[in-house]
Amino acid sequence: MNLSYLFDAAHWDFSTSGSIPQLLLSHIWYVFLALVIGTAIALPIGLYIGHTGRGSFIAINAGNAGRSLPTLGLLMLMVTLLGLGLLPVLIALTVLVIPPILTSAYAGLRSLDQRVVDAARGVGMRPWQVLTRVELPMALPVLMSGFRSAALQVVATATVAAAVGLGGLGRLLIDGLAVNDYSRVLAGAIVVAVLAVLLDLILALAQRWIISPGLRASR
Amino acid sequence: MINYLSNNSEAVLAALRQHIVLALIPVVLGFLIALPIGYLGVRVPWLYHPLVNVAGVLYSIPSLALFVFLPVVLGTKILSPLNIVVALTIYTVALLARTVADGLRSVDFLITESATAMGYRRFRRLVDVELPVALPVILAGLRVATVANISLVSVGALIGVGGLGQLFTRGFQLFYIEPILVGVILSVLLAGVADLVIVLIQRAVTPWTRFQGSRA
Amino acid sequence: MITFDDVVKVYPGGGTAVDHVSLELATGKTTVFVGPSGCGKTTSLRMINRMISPTSGRVLIDGKDVAGQDEALLRRGIGYVIQHAGLFPHRTVLDNVATVPVLLGKTRREAREAAMKLLERVGLAAEFAQRYPAQLSGGQQQRVGVARALAADPPIMLMDEPFSAVDPVVREGLHREFLRLQQELGKTIVMVTHDIDEAIKLGDEVVIFRQGGVVAQVGTPQELLADPADDFVAEFVGRDRGLRSLSFDTAAGLPVRPLPAELVVDDAGRPLGWKSADGVRPTGGTFTSADTLRLVADLAILSPVGIAVRVDADGVADGIAPHHDLADYLAARRS
Repeated sequence: MNLSYLFDAAHWDFSTSGSIPQLLLSHIWYVFLALVIGTAIALPIGLYIGHTGRGSFIAINAGNAGRSLPTLGLLMLMVTLLGLGLLPVLIALTVLVIPPILTSAYAGLRSLDQRVVDAARGVGMRPWQVLTRVELPMALPVLMSGFRSAALQVVATATVAAAVGLGGLGRLLIDGLAVNDYSRVLAGAIVVAVLAVLLDLILALAQRWIISPGLRASR
Repeated sequence: MINYLSNNSEAVLAALRQHIVLALIPVVLGFLIALPIGYLGVRVPWLYHPLVNVAGVLYSIPSLALFVFLPVVLGTKILSPLNIVVALTIYTVALLARTVADGLRSVDFLITESATAMGYRRFRRLVDVELPVALPVILAGLRVATVANISLVSVGALIGVGGLGQLFTRGFQLFYIEPILVGVILSVLLAGVADLVIVLIQRAVTPWTRFQGSRA
Repeated sequence: MITFDDVVKVYPGGGTAVDHVSLELATGKTTVFVGPSGCGKTTSLRMINRMISPTSGRVLIDGKDVAGQDEALLRRGIGYVIQHAGLFPHRTVLDNVATVPVLLGKTRREAREAAMKLLERVGLAAEFAQRYPAQLSGGQQQRVGVARALAADPPIMLMDEPFSAVDPVVREGLHREFLRLQQELGKTIVMVTHDIDEAIKLGDEVVIFRQGGVVAQVGTPQELLADPADDFVAEFVGRDRGLRSLSFDTAAGLPVRPLPAELVVDDAGRPLGWKSADGVRPTGGTFTSADTLRLVADLAILSPVGIAVRVDADGVADGIAPHHDLADYLAARRS
């Protein structure tokens, strides 16, 4: 294994364009944008469907449909349609964020013990209070697992986005392959894998922190 | 699009065939490998959490990274389809080992207890009672793994082997939308058909599940 | 005969579950283990088919230590029924019942034919054979559980809280069924329950366990009610044990008086009720000489005039038993 590219200090100089820290930062930026926009769209819809039960069909099938979309095809389709740039890639990434979050928000609410929801109504909570104080906290374990898989999906797809000319860590892979520089390819693969694993770990810890200990015992 | 299809039917069919092979061999291999691993995670209780964690880490590695990383580890050529097969097998095992373990763990203690009390020995109990009862959970995992594999294969096109993914790269290079659209649609259709086939198999082999939930 | 020979079970870190228990359970009889939760009754039961191994001491079946026998073969020869039945959800009712015969090497066809007969025996119509457990009610599932345990015609049946997961009405029916079946089959049955009434009703012999896995008393239901060994047993058996002990005697020896004029009967002589200022008040029921003294006491208490009415096999009134006569009879019996 040739790790020279990864351990060359020159590639870690933040001020150089195309250096590993710069690529890492832009990678994280794409992931962040897609997650924020995707969640802002998917969460309210998922919660609405889960809370009211209206349109369950969409929520149930969104997850499956999302999983079956080929990410590379989606990216290339968007870029071919809209031209090079951040926007088409962001649209593609956002499209991939929506299904897992929508489905898990719906599934999270649906999986709740309806007696608890009933009890919340029974003690005089308004619908909004039932949603925010009872349903949402209790649905968090399921919701968070959906968010985690969305995050991983976006990290992976943002890597592929280098193939359509975007920055991010995928550059190391694509450019390395193009010039047969396997040391660079390896560096990219390692950094991207570490990023994904770390992000998942951080989300797992966050999940532990924001979910009530009372819900943990049963999981 | 129809035009593109009729002019390139052979290339499209070849891509589709490769896509199916690249996606489904890992499903079969992964399932066979995941069964004993998942069982081990139940049989040896302290192994369960390490198993889930390792599976989680493997599953979180982005596909492109794994595709280009494997040749370094395996010594294969970067263009070898083996890289794709091995990478997708790893994902399938990561997903299914956990599913198998969870499925077996979900079998009601009373059921395994009464099987033991009736004189089942361990292996026959596993085959005759625990696996069939866990089957709905395991097959649900198999659906997810199959659909995910089918959509992941095309990423392989970036390293030269990717079934329908080659239609994407070809279309992208020419800035020509038809092949991309054809590829996306075929890929989604293929995933849908594979999913449906597993659902039908599940209906056929687990007829009792239709009645569950109607009564406690 | 099943023998517990100074059996001890200590769980690592969990304290003593069974503490030096020695018992002899008679062949062909129903022995019920009863006691509060954590008294070691279930642990004791499960040591018979080696689901649990004793820390020390031996469990023997007909003089043979179970510890020396092949676990699986031993268990195939012992029927086992548990709470919620523990049926296999993926198998039809018929195949559930056929389980052990198939394990024992019977062909599936033979086993199914025998299973069909067993279903009938436990009171399930043939139409249930092809259903799955999820399609049955709790009581029906329990019947299937019993049929499954009986399938290989084992001489011994172990039943762990078999009737506690069904509602009282269904349980009543299952009890009747159980007593009828046991009369026909004469199996050696060991049953665990936390319900003393069930133990008294179903057991030929009752073993009362106390906290810590100690046997508090062994005896027939009558003995336990009449003569509890200590305060714990008396408390556990319950307050109205005097009244309940009347269940074990019939009214055959109870003297009756001739019918008084206040008792209204129809043309055939069947009682209609008692004359009163505002017409005829119902008797509230009658007894025959085959009924229990408990029923007589109950009728005397409920009757508007404090008198129970006896009838013959045709329902014709042939005597009355006022409550003070019953009291005198019981007092005379005691001395």
